[in-house]
Parts: sequence; structure tokens; C-alpha cells
Amino acid sequence: MSQINTNAGIAKILVAPSVILLALWMIVPLAMTIYFSTLNFNLMIPGGRDFIGFENYYWFFTDPSFIAGILNTLILVGSVLIITVGLGTLIAVLVDNPFPGRGLVRVLLISPFFIMPTVNALIWKNLLMHPVSGLFAWLFRQVGLEPIDWFTDLPMTSIVIIVSWQWLPFAILILMTAMQSMDQEQLEAARMDGAGPLSTFWHITLPHLSRPLVVVIMIETIFLLSIFAEIFTTTSGGPGNQTTNLAYLIYTQALLQFDVGMASAGGIIAVILANIVAVFLIRAVGKSLAEQ
Amino acid sequence: MQITKAPSVRLATLACAVSLSTAALAETVTIGTVNNGDMIRMQALSSAFEEAHPDIDLEWVILEENVLRQRLTTDIAANSGQFDVMTIGMYETPIWGDNGWLEPMDNLPASYDVDDIFPSVRGGLSNDGTLYALPFYAESSMTYYRKDLFEDAGLDMPTEPTWDQMREFAVALHDPANEQYGICLRGKAGWGENMALVTTMVNAFGGSWFDMDWNAQLDGEAWHEAINFYVDILGNYGPPGASSNGFNENLALFNTGKCAMWIDATVAGSFVTDESQSQVADQVGFAAAPMQETSKGSGWLWAWALAIPVSSDAKDAAQEFVTWATSKEYSELVAQEYGIAAIPPGTRNSTYENQEYLDTAEFASMTLSQMQKADPNDQTLNDSPYTGVQFVAIPGFSGFGTVVGQQVSGALSGNVSVDQALRNANQVVNREMRRAGYQD
Amino acid sequence: MDMHRAKIVKNVSVTIAAWLIALLIFFPIFWMVLTSLKTELNAFSTPPSLFFVPTLENYLVVFERSDYLKFFWNSVVISFGSSILGMLIAVPGAYAMAFYPTERTKGLLLWMLSTKMLPPVGVLVPIYLLFRDTNLLDSKIGLIIIFTLINLPIIVWMVYTYFREVPKDILEAVRMDGAHVWGEIRHVLLPISLGGLSSTFLLSLILSWNEAFWSLNLTTSSAAPLTALIASYSSPEGLFWAKLSAASTLAVAPILIFGWISQKQLVRGLTFGAVK
Repeated sequence: MSQINTNAGIAKILVAPSVILLALWMIVPLAMTIYFSTLNFNLMIPGGRDFIGFENYYWFFTDPSFIAGILNTLILVGSVLIITVGLGTLIAVLVDNPFPGRGLVRVLLISPFFIMPTVNALIWKNLLMHPVSGLFAWLFRQVGLEPIDWFTDLPMTSIVIIVSWQWLPFAILILMTAMQSMDQEQLEAARMDGAGPLSTFWHITLPHLSRPLVVVIMIETIFLLSIFAEIFTTTSGGPGNQTTNLAYLIYTQALLQFDVGMASAGGIIAVILANIVAVFLIRAVGKSLAEQ
Repeated sequence: MQITKAPSVRLATLACAVSLSTAALAETVTIGTVNNGDMIRMQALSSAFEEAHPDIDLEWVILEENVLRQRLTTDIAANSGQFDVMTIGMYETPIWGDNGWLEPMDNLPASYDVDDIFPSVRGGLSNDGTLYALPFYAESSMTYYRKDLFEDAGLDMPTEPTWDQMREFAVALHDPANEQYGICLRGKAGWGENMALVTTMVNAFGGSWFDMDWNAQLDGEAWHEAINFYVDILGNYGPPGASSNGFNENLALFNTGKCAMWIDATVAGSFVTDESQSQVADQVGFAAAPMQETSKGSGWLWAWALAIPVSSDAKDAAQEFVTWATSKEYSELVAQEYGIAAIPPGTRNSTYENQEYLDTAEFASMTLSQMQKADPNDQTLNDSPYTGVQFVAIPGFSGFGTVVGQQVSGALSGNVSVDQALRNANQVVNREMRRAGYQD
Repeated sequence: MDMHRAKIVKNVSVTIAAWLIALLIFFPIFWMVLTSLKTELNAFSTPPSLFFVPTLENYLVVFERSDYLKFFWNSVVISFGSSILGMLIAVPGAYAMAFYPTERTKGLLLWMLSTKMLPPVGVLVPIYLLFRDTNLLDSKIGLIIIFTLINLPIIVWMVYTYFREVPKDILEAVRMDGAHVWGEIRHVLLPISLGGLSSTFLLSLILSWNEAFWSLNLTTSSAAPLTALIASYSSPEGLFWAKLSAASTLAVAPILIFGWISQKQLVRGLTFGAVK
């Protein structure tokens, strides 16, 4: 008993460094950001820095692109999650059974995850999706179709494709490896009972994947909420504000004109919104985290 | 043995001490610059500078324009002294100079011949009469067109075309089935991208950003006419994907023979006529940037210039470098290494007095006349309270200029009407002006 | 017989489908490498040229213009440094949370994850000012610290998830034997979860290698990693597709190759619920 108590005591000490560090990481910039968000603080205008209360928040909330920014953020996160999780599960199931060259196929499948977001966006924008000299335009013309003008006509779809290509491998990777620990006897038993592939998938595979799915969804959401490089490199938030998400909005409204006060207010709002999303997410899919 | 060895040891120690002291004396100059062709050449040629100045080490930070601007601004505003030489434009220089962030360029050697620099360029890089940056190259805008296509179609490009004429030509030469587009223009959202062109169009149509009381004019007649014209000509007779094309994208299109006409920076003259990168090098004609109601402000004025932040810890060495890189001597070096047409254009009278340059660089005389026409202080038909031809030299412009750029690109791609886009834009600009205290 | 044939048909179609999907997903990377071997005019031409005389000219240009090895080395030091540091801090924390949970553990975990949600653009200036005052601008140490902090929540969370998979009875048995907490970690926990730990490490490595916002804004030259190299090739004047592809290939190749080599380890490690 006393051993357990000491261990519990040691546990507190062990957990301390990460908690303290993260607390500092969270609190110091956060406190500075909150403080800055109440100032009239523009880097381009020296001096000044008067206290102006919630004025920055007022300007940020009343920005004509604000609502669009939130909606675009949610659309982007939602679509990419659906695509990567859906396709990821299917592909993971597909490559679960041994076949010639499975090792190589796996390597190819996970490769895009290693590519820098900027490089990813540059390749897609220029080499593939360019409406005149891109590969897709050429392919379309080969089959007699009018090439799609990706970033003009389907800007959000293009961004979703680019981001999904980056994150699909992550989903495949996690789910593929989780598949390997499936209880083969259970599968065999189900098959003996005459269960079809669909019902096996539904009743055995999917429940088995629930926890890795939570991992995928949580981690992807965190990264997708603040997607910036892909938009910055391809559409610059446009045309209009069709691809302006919250991170990009903060960039144009604040950082582009070096308005630290506004940027800080935007940052605080984004944190609050992100936490709301996170709470919903955890309600919806995070049960398995709490269950065990 | 010991005795004979002693002097050499002493010598070695001495040599050691000497080399140590020179190492300690060698100053490092960190240069932040943009990844344009002329700057890449400057980096390549800088070994000549280092040879002439063994006590100065150059460290290069080359970044894409937007990233560079963000990086430099945070550095200089936070006074963190990471850079000794900054490559900045005509927009930042007067604002930063006014803030007291830049070293004044007043102790220039006589051999530098500062009066040789175009007055408009000097003016654009000064604040209250003090020069804060030395121009590396400067540009206005002009029309590039394909002589072969014009000839085949029996068309004739005037030296000073109007936008109406441009439209006629674009209609006649637009042949999308053969990947030949009537006109290429900037469409990518950004204050330095589509808004540079659009603002010169608005100027030509007789409009301006603000009236004398800093009220936004974007909902006015001139803007409506200009933007409707822009959306029509580029949307109907331009390349697909025009709303994501900036300078580089259009240059690539023009060089591969896909544009019949292109209006952009004069600095592109040396690229479109360079056979190693242009398939149409011998077919390019040059004309003025189009006018309409007026020719005032119809061509822009921009310079990439080298400045020294006050936070630099190697100011003297930095000044050595800056005066070298913008000197006549540097131009000669470029001419020697890369050919005379590659001289950084648009900064010095002497360049354009050089007959050899005028003969070799076909675009030079048009560049010169456009540079002489552009005046950042007299750029709009009616009086306006700001300086800058294709921008407004106030701190908030980089922000609201880009938001307006997004609205214009939205109108171009057809997902908002021009009326709606301009209403939104006007509202945004007025909001920002109220917030920044220009309006009550 | 029929059953047998059906099985063959199924296997063949699975093989074909899997290969097709894999090649499709990998294609953009292949195309990038291919483009990097073309001349600029060739890279931009339509129809795209598939058969051409490959040239290394673009790579030479990149090497000539920038000190690739310096960027590469900075990337290596920063991403390995921050991943190692992150693991050292995270593993004990995750251990405590997994095996000695209190009623606050779940909240603590969520709070850690929520620190990830601070958008970098919003806090750039505060962090920049802190870095200036602590002399961390343009230093590898500075970036190691930032990346460690950024990735720490993910590392803690993933390691925590792996630890939760470890059967309680094994640990309890060891504990009953009176083993000290260190012994327990060293002899039982680490061997069981080694795969999970190494794949977490790899994930952290990838994230650090590819991070572009902080690495661009907090470095100048001496600590600039490969993401800064890309920023100098992303949109220069003139035709640039081939040079861009070459620079991109150089920037992603090391981590890609490293990822391929450790792929087996990764697959083994990420097996959730392997030990039930």
C-alpha cells in the first residue's frame, strides 16, 4: 500500500514538468496576447499603445468577412475530416490482407504526409492544377473536356483536395496499423457464422477502430483548424473571401498591416472558438477516451 | 635546435594573432532580400565586393516577397537588429523613414553621384526631403504585345494606347482554342498584385482611393467603370485562372507565347526578350501603359531599394555594401558578366544616356518615358491627399488594399457582382480609416 | 472450385486496386521529382513532356545559390533536438496520467491539447518580443524550445494512449513484487510500448521538420531550416517550376527517406490494442 502511495507521489512529480512547461507556454503568450488585445498597438506606428478596452474585439467581430471566415474554417475542417477518415478507413481495410508488394504500397501510401505543407501547395497549384500548363488541364483536354479553372471556380474544393492529400496518409497510417491488431479468431468466427463482409466491417472492424479513429480525428482537427500555408500559397483567401478561414482572416486583417492589437484580439477569439469545437468533438467522438 | 626554433614559433604566434584580429575585425553584414532575378544576380556578383572588402562578410537571407516583408517589418519594429541591409519598396521607405527606423542616406560619397538617380525615384524613397534608401532597380508599368500576332491580324498598336483600344485588340486576338489569350493582367489578390494594376486603371479612368477628406471613393463612378472594364476584358479575353495570376504567372504565360498582350512592370522587359527563358523573345513590342480619361497615374512607380535599419550593428559596412550595389560601377559589372541588357533598370539617368544600352535593350526607351511620366505626388485627375501612384503611402494600406484586392478578384471570378464587391470594398476602407482616426 | 476461383478474383482485384490507389496518391511526388529533372521551358510546356533528356542543372542552381547543407543540418538538429526533448518531458507525464489518474487527468489532457489551438499568427508578436529579449532569435535552441512546446501536447496525448493499452495486471504484478517506479518503467513499460514511443517520436520529427511559420519568422540565417530554403524559391521571377521542384525535392527527400526506412517500425509501433 505504501509503495502505491509513494508511486502516486512520484507520479505527481513526473507529470509536473510537462504541465508546468505547457502552463508557461500557454499562460505567458496568452497573458501577453490578452494584454495586447486591449491596446491600440500597431507595429508600423511607433509610440502610442493606448488602452482602448474591447475596441479591437468590436472591429474584429464586425468585420464583413468574420462570419465567412468561421464558416470556411468549419467547412474545411469538416470536409477534410470526412474525406480522410472515410477514404482512410476503406484503404486501410483494403491493404490489410497480404498481397504482392504490400510493403511498397504502404510506403507509397504514407509518403505525402512527409511533404512540407508549402511544398505540397506549390506542387498542386503549379504542376498539377494550373489551368493552362498544369497536368490536369492537359488530361482534361485529352478527353475532350474544358479544363477546370481550379482556384477560380472551385477554390474551396481545391484547398480541400490539397489538404486531404496531405492528411489522408496520416489516417491510413494510424488505421492500417490498428487493423493489424484485429482479433483474427473473432473475424474467423464471424465468417463461420455466415456474416458478410459488410456486417463484419460494421460489427467487428469499426468498433475495433474506434479509438484510433478518435486519435485521427483529434489530431487532424487541431491541425486543420489553423490551416494557413496552403491558403497563403494558393488562393490568398480568395476569390472574394471564399477560402478565407479564421487563421487567414487574422493574417489579412491584422498581421498584414501589423496591427498587433487586432491580431491579438483575433487570436483570442480563435482560441475560444477552437475550444468550443474541441468540446463538441469530444462530446461526439471522445467517449472512448473517457470510457476506460 | 631550440634556439633556431624559437623565432619561427614566435612568428607563428604572431601570424596567429594577426589572423585572429582580422577575424575579429571582419564584420558580418546580413542582407535580407527578395528572390527576384536581379537580386539573385546581385548575390552571385557579391563575391567581387567581398574580394574588395576582405573585412566584410556578407550573409544572405533570400525570401519570397510576402514572407520577406513580414519578416523585415517585425524585425525593424521590434528593433531586434537581425538585419543590416533590408530590401524594401517605395511603400515602406517613407513610412519607416518617418518612424525614425532607417539611417538617412546623407553621407554618400561624391563618386556615387546621387543626382544621377531619377528625381521621381529619389522622391519616392524620401520622407520630408531626406533620402532613406538607395534604389536597386525601379519600374513603371507598360504594355507588352506580340508584334507577330498584331501583324497577322492587321492591327497596329499605338505608342500610347487607350483602354478602349486594348479591348478591341484583345477581342480580335483572343483564341482560347489555341491557347492564345487576348490579354494577360494581374488577378491575384494583394495590394502589390492585382491592386497595383487596378489602381493605375482607376487613375486612368479619372478616379482615386480618397477625396481630400479621406473618404473612400471606391463606390464612385470611376471605380465602377474601371472595375467593370477590368472584369470584362480579363474575364472574357484573358487566360483561365486569371484570378490567381500575379506577375510571375503572367510572365510565364507570356514567355510561352500564350498572351497577345500583357500590361505589367517595365522590369519584365529584359525577361521577355531573353531567349533563354522566352519563346517569343524576338516578337515583343512595347507601348505605354494604357490611358483612358487621363494618362495621369496610368503607369505605376515602384522601386526595390536597399536601406539600413538604425538597429544595425554594422552600419558602416552596410553602407559600403549598399552604395556598391546601387552604383554605376555595379551596373558595369552586371553588363560585363550578364550582358548590358541585364543592368538593373529604371534608376539612373546615366544608364539611359548610354547609347549601347539603348541599342541593345529594345525596351529601354519605353521604360525611360514611362519612368519620366510617373509622379507619385500628382497621380490622380482630381486632387488626392496621399502619395503613391498604385498604392496609398499610409500604414493601413497593406491591409485594406489586400482586402479590396480580394473583393476585386471575387468580382473577376464572378462570385460577387462588381456593384456588391465595390460596396463591400468601400465599406471596408471607410471602416479602416475610421479605426485609424483619419475620419471622425 | 468456385470458392477458390472467387478467392483468386478477389485477391487479384485487391492487388490491382491497392496498387492503383497507391500510385495515384504517390503521383504528385513522382511528378515533382520528374519536373525537377526538366529544363524550365520543358517544365512549363503543354502537352507535358514525359520523355526528355534529364538534366541536373536545376539542382546545380540550387546548390550554387544556397548553402543546402547548412539548411539541412539546421533542420536535422532542430527536429531531432525538439523531438528528443519532447519525449523526455512527455513520457514521465504521460506515465503518471495513464497509471495514476485522478479526477483531473482528463481535464488536464484536454487542456494540454487546447494549448495547440492558439493560432500562431495571433501570437507571433508576443513570442517574437520574448525571443528578442532572451536573445533566442535566429538560434537553434530557440526553435527547439518552440517546437518542443508546440508538439508536446500531441506527444503526451499519444504516449498516454499507448500506455493505456498496457494491461494493468502486468504492471500490478510487477508492483506487488515491490518493484520501484523506475524499475517498473524500465523493465516492463518501455519494452512493451517501445514501438508506440518510436512512432510518436517519428511523428514529432515529421511535424518539426515541416513546420514553416515559426521557423521562418524566428530565424534569419544561422538557424534557418529547409522550410526557409523553400521560401526563397517559391515564386521568383520568370519560369521557376523546375527549380522549385528541385528545391522541393531536396527539402523533402531526407525526411521522406527517413520515413521510408522507419516505416516498418512505425507500422509495428502504431498498433493500438496490440496487447489485449
